[in-house]
Amino acid sequence: MAPTDEVILEVRDLVKHFPLTQGILFKRQIGAIKAVDGVSFDLHRGETLGVVGESGCGKSTLAKLLMALERPTSGSVKINGRDMARARGGELKRMRRNVQMVMQDPYTSLNPRMTVGDIIGEPFEIHPDVAPKGSRARKVQELLEVVGLNPDHINRYPHQFSGGQRQRIGIARGLALQPEIIICDEPVSALDVSIQAQVINLLERLQDEFNLAYIFIAHDLSVVRHISDRVAVMYLGKIVELGKDTEIYDRPAHPYTQALLSAVPVPDPEGRQNRERIILQGDPPSPANPPSGCRFRTRCWKAQDICATEEPLLQIRPGTSHESACHFAESHDVVHSA
Amino acid sequence: MKNTATDVLPAEGGLGNEPLLAVDDLHVEFVTRGGLVKAVNGVSYTLQPGETLAVLGESGSGKSVTAQAIMGILDMPPARIPKGEIRFRGTDLLKLPEDAKTQIRGQRIAMIFQDALSALNPVFTVGWQIGEMFRVHRGMSKRDAEKKAVELMDRVRIPAAKARVHDYPHQFSGGMRQRIMIAMSIALDPEVLIADEPTTALDVTVQAQIMELLAELQRESNMGLILITHDLGVVADVADKIAVMYAGRIVENAPVFDIYRHPAHPYSKGLLESIPRVDLKGQELYAIKGLPPNLLNMPTGCAFHPRCPYRQDNCVTDVPELYEISPVRNSACHYWREVLDGTDG
Repeated sequence: MAPTDEVILEVRDLVKHFPLTQGILFKRQIGAIKAVDGVSFDLHRGETLGVVGESGCGKSTLAKLLMALERPTSGSVKINGRDMARARGGELKRMRRNVQMVMQDPYTSLNPRMTVGDIIGEPFEIHPDVAPKGSRARKVQELLEVVGLNPDHINRYPHQFSGGQRQRIGIARGLALQPEIIICDEPVSALDVSIQAQVINLLERLQDEFNLAYIFIAHDLSVVRHISDRVAVMYLGKIVELGKDTEIYDRPAHPYTQALLSAVPVPDPEGRQNRERIILQGDPPSPANPPSGCRFRTRCWKAQDICATEEPLLQIRPGTSHESACHFAESHDVVHSA
Repeated sequence: MKNTATDVLPAEGGLGNEPLLAVDDLHVEFVTRGGLVKAVNGVSYTLQPGETLAVLGESGSGKSVTAQAIMGILDMPPARIPKGEIRFRGTDLLKLPEDAKTQIRGQRIAMIFQDALSALNPVFTVGWQIGEMFRVHRGMSKRDAEKKAVELMDRVRIPAAKARVHDYPHQFSGGMRQRIMIAMSIALDPEVLIADEPTTALDVTVQAQIMELLAELQRESNMGLILITHDLGVVADVADKIAVMYAGRIVENAPVFDIYRHPAHPYSKGLLESIPRVDLKGQELYAIKGLPPNLLNMPTGCAFHPRCPYRQDNCVTDVPELYEISPVRNSACHYWREVLDGTDG
């Protein structure tokens, strides 16, 4: 099923600062880690939004904010028009049902002392209205079948499964409450290469079957391209470029996106001598003390004086068809130019 | 008469016909409570100076165990090497006495590990740890060793090396820690460098920096590089030749261009086809079905047969030999001709 125009998740100016404190008895705040610093986007029903960026850019904090595992410093996360950031108690609990998560590491995200049936059935304990007690075992077996596992294995423990199978268990747990949105935080990076394709195919099949919307966080850009309808590129807590997969991959406009794409090794040795390589120097600056103006300017080869004084907004720039946050944005195909 | 270490050490200088490093029919097994695990079953490869050999395989394929056997850092027991040779400049390392091995390990054959944070000692400064190479192997004074450490940190392009030589590993970022690992490994100008998943824990931008640094160091010193990885992209970028491992065996080895153009083993072919490609967007990815085998309970015949689309009856019973396709290519598949032609089994 193709993504629709119906917006089910609306994120506006989302900010999360973690305080940095000093002193033991009398704690003073001496600064803040600006993990997510003004992020806005929409997610449509049935759509996959890929989120890419280096470690420390705020991808995982963003995921936690969307799950309401962290409270935002400011900004709003609206699910079907209702603000989850303001919700409390019963209302929050009902909203959380709608957003589920698939974790990165299938070895640590499943409790080794619980059976698969208990793990997948646990969401029903918290939301008993979804499945009455008598029907739970049958529900869990249905879910196992949906993700391609043997329903008879309901009483087994996680260690009896391989990595790929465990990730399927994690996906079944995410599906249990029939959410509309699933946040996948690096769902295949811990798996062997030959197993990754199996899990990606499963995620795509489930999306079609249940009309799910995915936020797909990953550092493997070829996987993100394969699964995403739109892609957001994050750098130091901000989205620097947002567009359709073809716009981001074929016509990237922000220098950071261009550098990121050119750094990805192409799995084809032909023409490797003449491939364009933009190698960024150094590491990203600390999110506790981001550079003034444009945050990428300290590593950018296009930086001018204006970049230090004026922060570029995420908007459609002349000569490009999608939003980017760079004063000097221009489309440049880095992957195919050789 | 007892041999002293220097008597048995491999010579330096020209190589003649002998490759720089040759692994020949290596077998490694582990004695475990569950039984005998045959982690490496007859692996052979060679490496020339200046050459980059990529060893590609999934977890449990034996690629790291082979490297550890070359370095002589396998814990024995539980590991044992019942068969095989590892010849460095014609000398079998497995037969060398321990004191002679120490002369080679870390000096002439060096290794970079995947996780730099756990490979570095958290309670010593990085300068001390890099300098240790010179103090232990070259008998340098503390002050000279530190000077050398700063030089090396400059060489692997750590900014402000002089100021940071007294910092501890946790004060560096992941990419910088991996640079420190590289500085330690190249300290004594090794002839062979083994890099075991050197960039797996790093971001792509940092990965590009590290791979560029390795290539540059290799050009400068003409080292032989063994790159152990599961990333088909990194391999395509830097390798001269590839050995694909599956369940403790090499199933295909070939020059890099040949294997990407026309793989000759169903497993390498499956791996290459499962990479997401632009023109296949929206379609289902090709996935190798099934799971990698349990080394305690290996399939009969060809270890890949339960997952193989080319399987015939004899694959279940006969272990395929490593057939020669050309003087530089081998494939351990009974039906390599069909795989090479691209006709489906």
